[in-house]
Amino acid sequence: MSVQALRTGALAVAGLAPASAIAESEWGVNLPYGVTPISQSIYDIHMVVFWICVAIGVGVFLAMFWSIFAYRKSKGAKAAHFHENTTVEVIWTVVPLLILIGMAVPATQTLVKMYDTSDAELDVKITGYQWRWRYEYIEEEIDFFSNPTTPTAQRTGASEKGPNYLMEVDNHLVLPANRKVRFLITANDVIHSWWVNDFGVKQDAIPGFVNEAWAIVKEPGIYRGLCAELCGQGHAFMPIVVEVLPEDEYDEWMAEQIRETHGDSAAEGDDGEVPVATLNQGN
Amino acid sequence: MSAVTDTHAADHHDAHGPAKGFTRWLFTTNHKDIGAMYLIFSFAMFLLGGAMAMVIRAELFQPGMQMVEPAFFNQMTTMHGLIMVFGAVMPAFVGLANYMIPLMIGAPDMALPRMNNWSFWLLPAAFLLLVSTLFMEGGAPNFGWTFYAPLSTEYGPPSTTYFIFAVHIMGISSIMGAINVIATIINLRAPGMTLMKMPLFVWTWLITAFLLIAVMPVLAGVVTMMLMDIHFGTSFFNAAGGGDPVLFQHLFWFFGHPEVYIMILPAFGIVSAIIPAFSRKRLFGYTSMVYATGAIAVLSFFVWAHHMFVVGLPLQAELFFMYATMIIAVPTGVKIFNWISTMFRGSLSFETPMLFAVAFVILFTVGGLSGVMLAIAPADFQYHDTYFVVAHFHYVLVPGAIFGIFAAVYYWLPKWTGHMYNEMLGKTHFWMSFIGMNLAFFPMHFVGLAGMPRRYADYPLQFANFNMISSIGAFMFGVTQLLLLYIVIKTIRGGKKAPAKPWDGAEGLEWDLPSPLPYHTFAKPPTVQ
Repeated sequence: MSVQALRTGALAVAGLAPASAIAESEWGVNLPYGVTPISQSIYDIHMVVFWICVAIGVGVFLAMFWSIFAYRKSKGAKAAHFHENTTVEVIWTVVPLLILIGMAVPATQTLVKMYDTSDAELDVKITGYQWRWRYEYIEEEIDFFSNPTTPTAQRTGASEKGPNYLMEVDNHLVLPANRKVRFLITANDVIHSWWVNDFGVKQDAIPGFVNEAWAIVKEPGIYRGLCAELCGQGHAFMPIVVEVLPEDEYDEWMAEQIRETHGDSAAEGDDGEVPVATLNQGN
Repeated sequence: MSAVTDTHAADHHDAHGPAKGFTRWLFTTNHKDIGAMYLIFSFAMFLLGGAMAMVIRAELFQPGMQMVEPAFFNQMTTMHGLIMVFGAVMPAFVGLANYMIPLMIGAPDMALPRMNNWSFWLLPAAFLLLVSTLFMEGGAPNFGWTFYAPLSTEYGPPSTTYFIFAVHIMGISSIMGAINVIATIINLRAPGMTLMKMPLFVWTWLITAFLLIAVMPVLAGVVTMMLMDIHFGTSFFNAAGGGDPVLFQHLFWFFGHPEVYIMILPAFGIVSAIIPAFSRKRLFGYTSMVYATGAIAVLSFFVWAHHMFVVGLPLQAELFFMYATMIIAVPTGVKIFNWISTMFRGSLSFETPMLFAVAFVILFTVGGLSGVMLAIAPADFQYHDTYFVVAHFHYVLVPGAIFGIFAAVYYWLPKWTGHMYNEMLGKTHFWMSFIGMNLAFFPMHFVGLAGMPRRYADYPLQFANFNMISSIGAFMFGVTQLLLLYIVIKTIRGGKKAPAKPWDGAEGLEWDLPSPLPYHTFAKPPTVQ
């Protein structure tokens, strides 16, 4: 890593980055498109607003650079005397306002969708602790902690850093694909923030409050996230790993969890009707 | 006491200079002395807060823990923010206000000179208290400059109490400074200096002063509530006791957002003086500039919760704060368009103050546009608390507030010292700062969008490359500031004699006065047509 890092530094100083260096290292520059309807509509809005901002920026800078190059005193430019024009003032008040309204419309629509946590098929309570996360599948009564596992030796440089450095935990949060999952987010001590950018979910975990968020993940896979609210010296060291399974595999996993936690009878449905019913709902 | 006053009155019309020695500075009521002390103090704090930024960037140069422990890293980010906001940027603007407002409106001094002395001398006391926490058991405040409860209350270090008292003292200083500015501008303008003839720096400071008076008591209130929670058994912010941690954030940002404008409006005023001077053309749209500043100030009270889009506000609140925040782009855009129209068809030259002013307009626009992106509430769910936010506010504060201050220093330094600064060194300072600053902060947009949260002492490997570039830029920017120190000292000690008006396009009463400025000016008010 350090060799690569040193080379990056040298390149930065030289002000050039050959294509090969870019190709072989990670140069993430943008939001992920993500795997939920919300993360994808956030990405779309982000790109629209970004390009509008770029267009405005380019216009402003062109006007500015034109003034800088064309009206130099050293080239004999004589200053004009105008210093007021109500018409242009009105134009550059009204036009930006219209552009902003254009941005506000899709933003409002997405926000309304984000706030609609109704009709969830699975409720997961997420509790932030200094410095780890706890996940509870409320109806299934499954409850576990998710602890960071990156060894201290990797942090101090005594051993080489793994590919998932600071983004690995012992117990993943396991979710089903294609089902609406509602997250109920709170904290035990200080404020944390549960953030998985591939889901477009970031919600503060606040002691004494329960915040809501939701996701429908389309693609099974492993998704990693980080705590996004300063919570003390372990703030950088309480990652989130979500494992999204195809629905049938998830149901098997959940049945297994229920069997382990509540005994065989629960899984067979003797006194476990609630969890089984919930599981069936999704199929 | 009366005897002293009488003696003073007796030789009032003689030209008398400052007292000699240390007491001159301790007891001075002269706005130029106090302005200079504010500027020197703020530069010292700028270097101290900058040194802390160097520690932060050194640690983030590579992933892994190399230089400092995470606990100390958090103290550095916290103290860097507090010192830069309250110790560097705000006192620098108060210093410029002290020095320049009486000269710009034709007043002999500030309206309340003794209070002026006190409001300055409170600051070293406050910062001694704040910086001393670094050496206390448990370390300095480590909960970020926003000091969110309950991290700062139930989980804060013992030194939090010192931090609270330091904030109280800074607040008193700021409020008194603001009262003084308002009293001076309202009462001491020269005959003929109507409100709509005032230079924009005076206008922006008048509005800033009202913002300060409105929000500093809120800050004092919120830290007092913290003090009560920590020591007197209340539960304002403790959910277990029936309190509300989110209430803290509402109170803090009700102060915090206008505070952002407190740190930028005076820079708007500076740039509005410098761009016309070096374009040799009157400022375009003076009236709309005044109204736009007023509009920004008023709107700043209605947007605070855009810092809190992910705390779980109701949908209606999210929408309100999103719309209100987006509207601020309108008056801000008006200002940028006016500056560019001032340059358009002017007769431009690019001495150091103008370079900083032009860079201000360009880079503040970049920060303003990322601000529009951040205002979009659904997208903010991804941006919030990432390096994208860090990039945004550093683009507003470094090339905004700080380049504004640098521009002001180069612009008025000949007036203050009677000497011209070295133009070549000034330009070197500019280009090194400009390149270093962009190298430091532009890549932060990328790591932020790619997913790196702020206030991280260590980070996953995919953020390594851009962090290294940021660190190199930050070191470059940091070292360059020593050049400014050298340039200013060199100019004070000597150099080419400055004429009364070194800039041929400059306008304003201050240029009618000789360079260097006599100790007392405008004992008789000038007449303004």
